[in-house]
Formats: sequence, structure tokens, C-alpha cells
Amino acid sequence: MAHHMISLLVNGQKEKLLVPSNLTLLHVLRDMLGLTGTKNGCEAGECGACTVLLDGEPVNSCMVLAPELDGREVITVEGLAKDGQLTPLQEAFAELSAVQCGYCTPGMLMSATALLRRKPHPTQQDVQEALVGNLCRCTGYQRIIDAVMVASRTGGAE
Amino acid sequence: MKISESGLIGQSVARTDIIDKVTGCAVFVDDIQFGPNLLHSRLVRSPHPHALIKKIDTSKALALDGVRAVVTGQELSARMGLYLIDRPIFAADRVRYYGEPVAGVVATTEEIAVQAARLVEIEYQPLPAIYDPVEAVQPEAPLLHPDLGEYSVANFIFPEPGTNISEHFKIRKGDIESAWEQCAVVAEDRFRLPSIEHVPLETHTSIALSETNGEVTLWASSQSPFAMRDMIAQGLGIPHNKLRVIAPMVGGGFGGKAGVTMEACAVVMAQAVPGHPVKLRLTREEEFVGTSVRQSLVSDIKVGCDKDGNLLAMELTYYFGGGAYNDYGVNIARAAGYSCTGPYDVPNVKADSLCVYTNYPVGSAMRGFGMPEIHWGLEQIMDQLAEKVDLDPAEFRRLNCVRTDDEIVSGMKMTPINLEACIDKVTEAIDWGKEEKPTAPNKKRGKGIAIMWKAPAMPPNPGSAAVVRFNEDATVNVEIGGQELGQGSFTVAAQIAADVLGVPYRKVTVSSPIDTKYSPYEWQTVASRLTWSMGNAVKAAAEDARKQILETVADHWDEDVDDLTIKDGLVISFKSEREQPLDKMVIYGLPNEDFEGWKGGPVVGRGHFMPTYVTNLDPETGQGTRAVVHYTVGAQAVDLEVDLDTGQIDVLKIASVYDVGRAINPDLIMTQIEGGAVHGMSSAYESLKFNENGEPINPSFVDYRIATIADIPGKIIGDFVETPIEDGPWGARGVGEHVMVQTAPAIANALYNAVGIRFSDLPLSADKIYLALDEKLAQER
Ligand code: FES
Ligand code: FES
Repeated sequence: MAHHMISLLVNGQKEKLLVPSNLTLLHVLRDMLGLTGTKNGCEAGECGACTVLLDGEPVNSCMVLAPELDGREVITVEGLAKDGQLTPLQEAFAELSAVQCGYCTPGMLMSATALLRRKPHPTQQDVQEALVGNLCRCTGYQRIIDAVMVASRTGGAE
Repeated sequence: MKISESGLIGQSVARTDIIDKVTGCAVFVDDIQFGPNLLHSRLVRSPHPHALIKKIDTSKALALDGVRAVVTGQELSARMGLYLIDRPIFAADRVRYYGEPVAGVVATTEEIAVQAARLVEIEYQPLPAIYDPVEAVQPEAPLLHPDLGEYSVANFIFPEPGTNISEHFKIRKGDIESAWEQCAVVAEDRFRLPSIEHVPLETHTSIALSETNGEVTLWASSQSPFAMRDMIAQGLGIPHNKLRVIAPMVGGGFGGKAGVTMEACAVVMAQAVPGHPVKLRLTREEEFVGTSVRQSLVSDIKVGCDKDGNLLAMELTYYFGGGAYNDYGVNIARAAGYSCTGPYDVPNVKADSLCVYTNYPVGSAMRGFGMPEIHWGLEQIMDQLAEKVDLDPAEFRRLNCVRTDDEIVSGMKMTPINLEACIDKVTEAIDWGKEEKPTAPNKKRGKGIAIMWKAPAMPPNPGSAAVVRFNEDATVNVEIGGQELGQGSFTVAAQIAADVLGVPYRKVTVSSPIDTKYSPYEWQTVASRLTWSMGNAVKAAAEDARKQILETVADHWDEDVDDLTIKDGLVISFKSEREQPLDKMVIYGLPNEDFEGWKGGPVVGRGHFMPTYVTNLDPETGQGTRAVVHYTVGAQAVDLEVDLDTGQIDVLKIASVYDVGRAINPDLIMTQIEGGAVHGMSSAYESLKFNENGEPINPSFVDYRIATIADIPGKIIGDFVETPIEDGPWGARGVGEHVMVQTAPAIANALYNAVGIRFSDLPLSADKIYLALDEKLAQER
């Protein structure tokens, strides 16, 4: 297996890693960096549990190969709260109890963060379109939509 | 009923786990780091639905670099089961479903394990397979378990050796023959419901470690750490105190992570490589192919009423497709048997509820445990009968629904409920009876209603234990063995303890993860039994701790215990108005006068709860004094429209109301109601599909669709009523599963109302609806 040396920024930290060419970003995060907030639900790009921001865009980290990461910036759920201060979106998820088992939550937060950065005042339909790739078996989704709408009024993604 | 001590009961306090879950800190099994010592594994699964295993050759797999062990069922005769011990850990001489584990490979990396799994050579002799439960009970059907008569079985389960019937539950009540003669109208139909998957977002994951001294630790995504320990310990002959199950957060269960699925395989593999933790993580495809499913059901229902609509007679046969092993599923057929009529008062009943072996994946517990299955047919046939006797479906249900103190189908007296109030609320919420226009000319609109009941389905005496432990600063740790699956059980435990102890809610922590080495016993987190059973145990433990505190302080002040209470972490006397903060005294006690010795000491409260009043039922009639602890009931009403050009259903509103006894945390109830309505709606469109080789052909999120955020109903109107029961904390009972039980038939009834077509088979796929509409149009022309 060929290996590559890559440099990237993860949640603001510079990382230099030697990675096998078939390793996915999901495993770089979880297994090499111990950032286990990003979840593995299918490893096939079909559930959104592994969503992170890559250069600000939401991606399924299970579908991104490590060598592609050289020189790029990744933000995971661990990178949202700064100094223990939750983002308005995290606050809204907590406030509205938009969480049950919590397995889909990191991915939901990342997709919604990207939406709010792109469009600070989305409609309910915008939220549904932005989160359609993030599956949740527990909540029934309505509170997730409501939480994103509340966050859009209380300060958005940051 | 004793009222809440501090007013916390009935308040929607925030979830205990919410901050961890929105920051990525919540730890699930796969998140635990084991370092370089960790080995990986893969299961070798059967490519046949039914075959004899002739030979297994592991030499090529073992020869691969990085492979540490290969295990098979050949050296292992162990069988496991909760109610019927029929399931091997790895198939030994015979496989009974496509995907059954036959061998396990342990290697240094996942890739090598996958590669090595392909090198295990297995010679099979295929046998004829059987998939339909109705065909499987015929005398000429191939037999799956010729040794059925030799398996150990719980004393309330009745297998029929020499057939594929693993459980036969009977109801013989009243005089069915003469009752038919009195019926003015009769409705009769056959309904079919396919198997579906639980689809938790977190796949089954386990890590097992066998120490060189034989002690085993198993980290598992589990609803049932204690039942899992019990089953694996018994199956493998490990003393219970040498098998430790640690169960961190669960990423969705819905029954799929109850009992044992693949965890015993991880233990057996770990025993082959002592000293190394071995991880077994199912892929999404394996989650579909190789874990338990909701049982399929064919139900034959005949029901009759008099000319005024009063139900008189019911005859039922339930054929549950139990899949290859029915160790857990037998109790589903039993639960469906003693609740076979649905929430109706029917004086004459003949019912046979069968759990049947088939060559499909193991059928097991799924949210509602037999009730979504039977209500699919029951709630439609009631509409058919109502129509024949010319009664409004809601009116018909008000007339016939079960009421407190009725003698129900099993002969037991109905525990306190108010189903009529639930019907009233849902009909009001969707303007029942008011005809409404569809949103477009190519659409038809309709409304439907369905009601339900469900009792916690379990052995007669499953127990819960709890410990409440104070710390120096008067914060509290609550120790339980019940699991947090997202439903909020930890929150309810903390809330109950805080209320009874008179300490602020935020000062209470539920000790987690659940660890069988330290946590007190809990049977399983299933059957919507935690708020009720665990709740009783936590309440008792907190009362025990409270009593210890009050006695110490009363002694110290020379006052009467009855004059004291605890509020906001202070013991106060109504009489002398003295105050004593809890901090320090809950550990160090209080000094006697002039420090002539001390009284009190570390406060640890213990409590347990076990129902002691459930009785066995007569095997021939299904009659007994008390079949179950109690029932929860509820109603749902649906307002929907159908696109005539595509057959697509669009649910505009779901109203969903349940009698919860007493709402401990109203917002948590609402989260169940909302999530359940969408889960229920999604289940109406889901089915696991198989080819003729018994192989699931849609094992991915693309081919097996679950509801996405784009599919949700326009509006979910949730509510509850409160009719307290005697044996729950403050009268509370469970509601977590009930909220999806009757959603599919409510949709089917609304669909009938919209287009006049009755769909007796699930799923309600758009193409099926479209074709039926097309056929109806052709007939009308
Ligand atoms: S794990 Fe990446 S999309 Fe499912
Ligand atoms: S909260 Fe469980 S999957 Fe979304």
C-alpha cells in the first residue's frame, strides 16, 4: 500500500500525517486523530453521520480519501464550540431537545452549520434540502428543523 | 397516590446527556480507543438459506499473514436463547438463513480479516428452504429444527416438536360458535406484513477481551447488558461474575439491540486470542442481512357484531414468520396471543397465535413487540366492520373500546386507562368528520383513525434495582442498569431521584456507562418498561436514602422525623424551623452533643422493584387472573392525500395521543410521540426484500429507504392523557413503543377513505397504490 505525507488543518490545528492512499477522512479523524465525534453509519456516503466541513463545504468524510486532504482545512463537531462556548446552533439543538440517541447529531450539526454560513436565514424547505442526506431514525426530524430555524434567529452558525 | 415531593415530577427538565451529544463527546462503543493491541474480525456468513455443513477448511485463511485465529461452530456446541434455547453462536452442522454466521476470522487489520474470511472454505449440502409461515406449518414443509423437542424452554412457551411451530398460544373464550349466529354483520380478511429492519444509525458493534485467567469483558452496543451477560455466560459456561458487559451510549436500538445478536461471536473469537481485545463491527450491509428483523405476519381475522355495532365474536389466526431462530420471537407470538383482539371488548374469542420457523433472518423484538404486526390487520378490519354496520369508524371505536375494569380477552381485569379520551383528542385535532379539499386536482384526500393497546411483554417477574449514592458536596450518583437509548431514561432516573431527595436536578448524575460489574441489575431496556419499573426502583432507592438522612437529623435535633423534609439540599423542620445543609453530613454524619461521638454515615439508598402479581395462563384457553402488569393505550388519526398520477402518499397531519398514566417529563413524551409518528409512517413503506435464495436484495440505505427529513408529515399533533396506574411511580407507565404501533393502519384507513381501495398487504408503496388506482379506474370505466 502506497503512503502519502499530508499536511492539513483540523479544527484549527496543524496536522502532518503519513496516510495509506486508501484511507478515508473518516478514519483519519477517528483512528489517527482520536476525533470520534464524527460517526460512521454506513461508509457508503448514504447516511450523513460522518459529515464534516472540508474547506467550509459539508462532505461525507467516508467518501473522501486521505491523500486529497493535503493543504486543506477540516472542521468536525469537536471544532464547533470554542472554549466551552456552544455555537447558537448547538445551543438550539440542546434547548429544543433535537436529539435522542445522538448518533446522527454530529453530522446534522455540520450540515446545518454549512447551511447557516451559506444562508443565514433559511426557510424550512432550505433546511430540509440541506439535511436530506442526514438520516435520523429517532427524532422524526421536526425538532431538528426547528432548532436550525431558531439558530438562524439567535446568531447562526458561529 | 403520593404527590411529588419537590414538584419536579411533571416538569420537562433538560436531558442529562444533551451537552455531550451536541459536542461530539458522547461515547459509543466504536469510539473507545484500545491502542495497538486491538485486533479486528469478520464473520463468514452462509450463502445458503438452508443447508447442512459438510466440511469447513480454515487452513488457507490461517495461512494468511496477519491472521491470528479462525473459529467455527464445529468445536462449539453452545446454544443460546432468552425463552427457547435454539440458537447456536456459530452454525455447527446446519445453516438456516442466508447470512448466518458460520465462522469468524481474527486478524491484525480489518482488511486482512475481510480477505481471510473469503479464504475459509465451507462445503454445504443445500436443503429445501421455506419462507412463508403459512406454508411452513403444513405437514409436508421441510423441518428446520428436528431437535425442537430437546431444546430447553420457558414454562409459558409451547413449541410443537415435529413441526416448524416454536410457539402455539391459544385463546378459547366464551362460546364462539353460538356467537356467530347472533352477529348481524361479519367481516373477514387476510392481512400480510413483511419483515422490516430496525435501522439504528449505529450498527451493532462489540469489542471482547478474554484475559489469560479466563475473565471476559465485552463492550457492546446493547439494550440489555444484563440479559446479554446471562445468555452468553450460560451459553459459554462462564460464571456471571467473570463476564463483564460494559454498555456505553447506544446509537438507536428499537429492539434490535435487545438480547444477543452477534456479541457472543465476538466473545468466542476473543477467547481464541487471549489478552487481545477483538472488535466486531457490522457493516451497514451486515446490519440489514445479519441482524434480527421484525417478524413477518400473516393474520386471518374474522369479526362480527350485532346490528347496533356491538362486537360479539372474533376468530383469529396469527402466523408469525419467526425466521431461523425463535429464541426471543416465541414471546412475540405469545404477546400477540394474549392481546389478540386489540383494545376491544369482545366476549367470544377463538385465537391461535403461532410463531413459525422459516429460512429468513432471525425475527425478534422491534418497537411494539407484536403489536404493530397485529394492529395492521385489526385496525383495518374494524373499519370494514364499521362500514358494514354503517357506523363512523371513530364512533364504532368509542362504542367497543376497552375500558377500565372490563374483563379483557385473557380474563384479566383491565387496569386504569381512558382510551375514549385519546379518541376524542385525535379526532378533534384533525377535524374528524369534516371533508377537506385536496391541495391539487390530481390528488384525493382522506382521513383515518386507529387505536391500540400494548402491555409490557416480558417474563412475569423481570426486576429492576437502583442505588442512590451521595457525595461529600451533596451531589448524587444514581446507579441503574437500565440503558439510555435516546428515549431519556437517564433523565427520568435523575428527575425521580432529585424529586424524592429534595436536591436540585442538576446535582444528580446517572453513573454511566452501564457496567455489569458495578451497576445494579436491570432485566432489559425493552417493552417501554423503564420509566415504570426502573422508575419504581429509583424512587425506592431515593426514599431509602431520604429516610437515612431524616432519621440522622431528627435524632440530632431530637425531633420527630415526620416534622422534617428536604428542600433544595437543606433538611428543614416545620416545627422548629431549623435547617441542616446536606453537604458533608451525607458522608460524615453529624456529631452528638459536645462531640461525644457521631451519628449517621455515608448515605447509600437501595431500592428494587419486581412485579409479583403476574400469573401464568391456561395453556388450552389462554385464560388467567393477570396476564400482564398493565396496558398502555392510545389513538392516532391521519389526514393525508394521494397523488393519483404517482400513487405517492403525502401525510398532512398525524394526531397522536396516549394515556401515559402520569407524565413524569412531558417533553420527553412528546419526543417519543414525534419520533414514533415518523417511524410508524416510515414503517408503512418499508420492507426487507429477498430473492428466491433467501438473500436480502435491498441491504443499503439507497435500496431500503427510511424516512428522510424531506418525508416528514406536514404536522404532528401530539398529546397525552393521564389515568394513573397503581404500580407505577406516581402512576406512570411506558409509552416509547406505543407511539408507532398503529400508524400504518391509520394511514391505510385514511387511504381507503381517500380512494376507496383497501390495502391488506404492507408496504404501501407508491407503485402498488398507483397500479391499484389504475385497476379501479379501468373497472369503473
Ligand atoms: S458514514 Fe459516511 S455517509 Fe454514512
Ligand atoms: S437521534 Fe438517533 S439517529 Fe438521530
